[in-house]
Amino acid sequence: MTEVLTDSRSIRIKGRSFLAVVLSPDLPLDDWLARLDDLAKRSAGFFLGRPVVLDVTDLGLDRIQLKDLIASLGERNVSVMGVEGARPSAIGPGMPPALKGGRPAPDVEVTESEATLEAPQPAAAQPIITEAPRQTLQSLVIREPVRSGQSIVFTEGDVTVVGSVASGAEVIAGGSVHIYGALRGRAMAGAVGNAGARIFCRKLEAELVAIDGVYKMAEDLDPALLGQPVQLWLDGDAIIAEKLI
Amino acid sequence: MGKVIVVTSGKGGVGKTTSTAALGAALAQRNEKVVVVDFDVGLRNLDLVMGAERRVVYDLVNVIQGDAKLPQALIRDKRLETLFLLPASQTRDKDNLTPEGVEQVINELKRYFDWVICDSPAGIERGATLAMRHADVAVVVTNPEVSSVRDSDRIIGLLDSKTLKAERGERMEKHLLLTRYDATRAERGDMLKVDDVLEILSIPLLGIIPESTDVLRASNIGAPVTLADARSAPAMAYFEAARRLAGEALPVSIPGEKRGLLSKIFTRRAA
Ligand SMILES: Nc1ncnc2c1ncn2[C@@H]1O[C@H](COP(=O)(O)OP(=O)(O)OP(=O)(O)O)[C@@H](O)[C@H]1O
Ligand SMILES: [Mg+2]
Repeated sequence: MTEVLTDSRSIRIKGRSFLAVVLSPDLPLDDWLARLDDLAKRSAGFFLGRPVVLDVTDLGLDRIQLKDLIASLGERNVSVMGVEGARPSAIGPGMPPALKGGRPAPDVEVTESEATLEAPQPAAAQPIITEAPRQTLQSLVIREPVRSGQSIVFTEGDVTVVGSVASGAEVIAGGSVHIYGALRGRAMAGAVGNAGARIFCRKLEAELVAIDGVYKMAEDLDPALLGQPVQLWLDGDAIIAEKLI
Repeated sequence: MGKVIVVTSGKGGVGKTTSTAALGAALAQRNEKVVVVDFDVGLRNLDLVMGAERRVVYDLVNVIQGDAKLPQALIRDKRLETLFLLPASQTRDKDNLTPEGVEQVINELKRYFDWVICDSPAGIERGATLAMRHADVAVVVTNPEVSSVRDSDRIIGLLDSKTLKAERGERMEKHLLLTRYDATRAERGDMLKVDDVLEILSIPLLGIIPESTDVLRASNIGAPVTLADARSAPAMAYFEAARRLAGEALPVSIPGEKRGLLSKIFTRRAA
């Protein structure tokens, strides 16, 4: 039997970044939990609804100890969305997934409404952030061809390649992708959610293009545009491609 | 100090071993001291193409493991006294090549020879990355077909990231050697055009070696094609490539393109 797809809309796969609060307990854990309770008392509900990542690097916890710690946090209404720095064997089924590759974000103070003024004790959780700082626009410039097998990932902004992107190579940008050469591999713009991002290239021979999670394969591209200088953008759920003059 | 050259490709069977032997013999005929090093442990071939398979006693792995001294493992060519071979092991595992061992051997060879030419195994694994690791110059061997070009592109990426030169922030000198170029098939459009390959890989062209039965004939008598029949088309192309490698600025001619050039001139006049 052949399967029939009744709905021909493509599935959108997006990346999204959240600013997580990172808790890095230190030993002994009982003392650390006591300090956490103290902080929670003064800024009630601080952890409610916040993504919390538990950083257990260097603590050397085994699976049982880690499970206990997560349970202790659960009792305090702190739900852990992921664990960083744990031994692979310490993470079991039913536990939050292991995370890696997190980038540090600037520390932000606990605001006064959340902490009482007479709270000089240093908080155990250092980077406590109430609102993401306004992002400055950033760009990454690659001055050489992107070779087959290479992957350029830059979620903070635009990527400009002065050269070609080879078949089997990929460029993934949070913003737009600019290629001053041939695009023979894959280009993904707006990769962490940005429908306004665009892809520009001097010569379109792409294997795949994607904007904000909507993608087109090589065979979906208008053959008349192949080999041409082209820009691509998103109109609703459709990728529009047009020759650049 | 000699120059270390890696002959590499990614894809297998494109002509690395043929080119290592031919370039080595061509450079040695200029009276420069040359050693060709077989890095294809387990699938050694260079000894056959050099006609030295019956003279192999010790090999690269023996030297690395300290079972033999370098001079004991080097085989001097019977025809050219400045040409040497350091064979690979056919029986050992390629895990016997250690980064430190390879470094030591290459550094020692550099002191004795003007050219150290390393014949890389196919692929992008350990054997290939070890062969390129200490190179000053890379000869990227490519056939004019899509899969070979793509693999070469991948190798160029590794040359720019996985080599000592790259790690020191220096630029690896890279040259494209287009081999097994068939003029009639190119005319029919069955193969990628030279310009297209150059545009995709964007590295300078060292030479174009025509597809020729002379290559097979040479390897059957166990001689690099530049020794077996110096007047044959592939040999002449390899001689020119060797001169470019040594720094001469020679224009590259595309085999069988004379007619193409002529017809281009005619169209221009008609227009
Ligand atoms: N210019 C040429 N014309 C005709 N045949 C050629 C030419 N160059 C190489 N060959 C043939 O192609 C085959 C593969 O060549 P060679 O062994 O040099 O490739 P290689 O890249 O070293 O292969 P491997 O990846 O297996 O080490 C051999 O049979 C060789 O004779
Ligand atoms: Mg070979």
